[in-house]
Amino acid sequence: MEQKILEAKGICKSFHDPITIPVLKDINFSINRGDFVSITGKSGCGKSTLLYILSTMDTDYEGDLIIDGITMRGKKEGELAKVRNEKIGFVFQFHYLLNEFSVLRNVMLPGLKSGKYKDKEVEERAYQKLKILGIENEALKKPNQLSGGQKQRVAIARALINDPIIIMGDEPTGNLDKKNSEIVFDVFKELAEVYHQSLLIVTHDNEFAARTHRIIEMEDGRIV
Amino acid sequence: MKLNLLASVSKSLLLARWKQTLVAAIGVTFSITMFITLLGFMAGLNSMLDNLILNRTPHIRMYNEIEPSANQPISQAKVYKNHYNFISSIKPKNERLEIHNNGAILNALKKDDRVVGVAPKIIAQVFYNVGAIDLTGVINGIDVDEENRLFKFSDYVTSGQYINLKNIPNSIILGKGAAEKMLANIGDVIQVTTIKGERVPLKVVGYFQSGIQELDKVQSYASIGTTQKLLGESTNYITDLQVRLKDINLAPSMAIEYRQLFDVEAEDIQTANSQFETGSSIRTLISYAVGITLLIVAGFGIYNILNMMIYEKMDSIAILKATGFSGSDVNKIFITIALSIGIFGGLLGLLFGFGLSALIDQVPFNTASLPTIKTYPIDYNPKFYIIGGIFSIVTTYLAGYFPSRKASKIDPVIIIRGK
Repeated sequence: MEQKILEAKGICKSFHDPITIPVLKDINFSINRGDFVSITGKSGCGKSTLLYILSTMDTDYEGDLIIDGITMRGKKEGELAKVRNEKIGFVFQFHYLLNEFSVLRNVMLPGLKSGKYKDKEVEERAYQKLKILGIENEALKKPNQLSGGQKQRVAIARALINDPIIIMGDEPTGNLDKKNSEIVFDVFKELAEVYHQSLLIVTHDNEFAARTHRIIEMEDGRIV
Repeated sequence: MKLNLLASVSKSLLLARWKQTLVAAIGVTFSITMFITLLGFMAGLNSMLDNLILNRTPHIRMYNEIEPSANQPISQAKVYKNHYNFISSIKPKNERLEIHNNGAILNALKKDDRVVGVAPKIIAQVFYNVGAIDLTGVINGIDVDEENRLFKFSDYVTSGQYINLKNIPNSIILGKGAAEKMLANIGDVIQVTTIKGERVPLKVVGYFQSGIQELDKVQSYASIGTTQKLLGESTNYITDLQVRLKDINLAPSMAIEYRQLFDVEAEDIQTANSQFETGSSIRTLISYAVGITLLIVAGFGIYNILNMMIYEKMDSIAILKATGFSGSDVNKIFITIALSIGIFGGLLGLLFGFGLSALIDQVPFNTASLPTIKTYPIDYNPKFYIIGGIFSIVTTYLAGYFPSRKASKIDPVIIIRGK
């Protein structure tokens, strides 16, 4: 039986500054466990905006968002932070690693924050994740000593640390060259197929999108 | 566990900007150092100046005032009862200056729990004879042991042994000024004329220096027995009782009590020396104001540095929030940064403050009027250190509060989008 892990019900959003412009109009869709979904569309069609709403970081919208069977409406800021910490992993266009910490520590941070495992276990898990991504040898380096592709893989490892039910990516290959994009895509594919990890990736790269299991195409704030 | 994590994030942010952090901490250190030094120095000076008078002054002084009777015969006459009576040129009747029944009063006072001790005293007007010239003077007849215990008599005897006053009969400790005028050295015998015209030789056993020059030109000390002999009075002749209390603040009320109980004049120290209290409290107030101003300036430094740090670390804050750190976690991180600057800077400040105070304490400070003071006075009251410590933490907390709140309100979407 397919299990819905994320469901958007009639999500609408408008920007009010300087004049009210609707960006998202009545978005309805759902993602099942193990799905590898991409959202595509032209620049400015609202796909990133949608992702931030789905990620609970943006709370200024209408409609309902259900993650893992629980509605996100009316939750407090602290509760949403906990949801992001435990259930969602993020990969952004830019890696956003903290240069003050080692690669390993960067990966561990969300794990330490959740407090589900002891420090030692978190460290072990972080090593596992780095191994999956093939960069366990870089664990003790600082992020600024790594190449762009490696950094993005570290960011993916960080997204995986708490075994999230879904990984969200905002143009995760947008900053990478062809070769590195390929590596990152292969990582995603492996995660989806071998580990049955659900993935939701926003991209404007049609080639990338075409190779995912399902494509949600957007235009002018609607799903087409 | 979670606190550990926040602390480690704070630490790494702190160390990433360690130069700025150091400057902020030095600001706090400097202000706390100055705060401690200033207050210690000021309080030391205050207590020195106060002690100059207060140590020498009894908390309650009991004596007999020669004054005309308040109850004149005419007001007792029934005939003139309903009249206004104007009497001019009233004279006090011939009354002795001694305190009546002083032995009993002395015993009663010594039994009082609130009293540290009582020192009896005789004040005798005399003339010091220098060749053909007579200088006016006052000889204080004192109970040497009690006077020393209660009023630190020995501190003010600059040459000679104070105890000789008790051990050598017919001895005198001359005021420094008086001794200089009379060219009297220790061991010399001087002549003194009492107001009744008797001439008595006394042996000089020491010099006395109170710090108040006018006083030293006039005052001298002799034992009670010698003074009684000098005046030709009996051994129960006492003109003053000097009371030292455990709590100086009780003096005014106890003076009133004694006045009624023993039927003598009783004057409390607050009434006699009210100007000292005022001076000290205003000096203390000024030092606190300066110290607190310094701390507030340091607080602004911390505020600036945290603000800069937040702008620089906007990305890091955004990603922390995106990966599940709540606003209050971010808030705690920056408050921790502010407080660690405050605690570290404050502790160093307390240490340096202590060091600087100790240094000032070694600087020679000799003045003719203050025989007991050899170096600058410093008060190492722990109260100043506690106030300094608390204040450094409070100011840094306040300085960190607003930047931290700003950091906690950063919207990760705006930052991540902006790239």
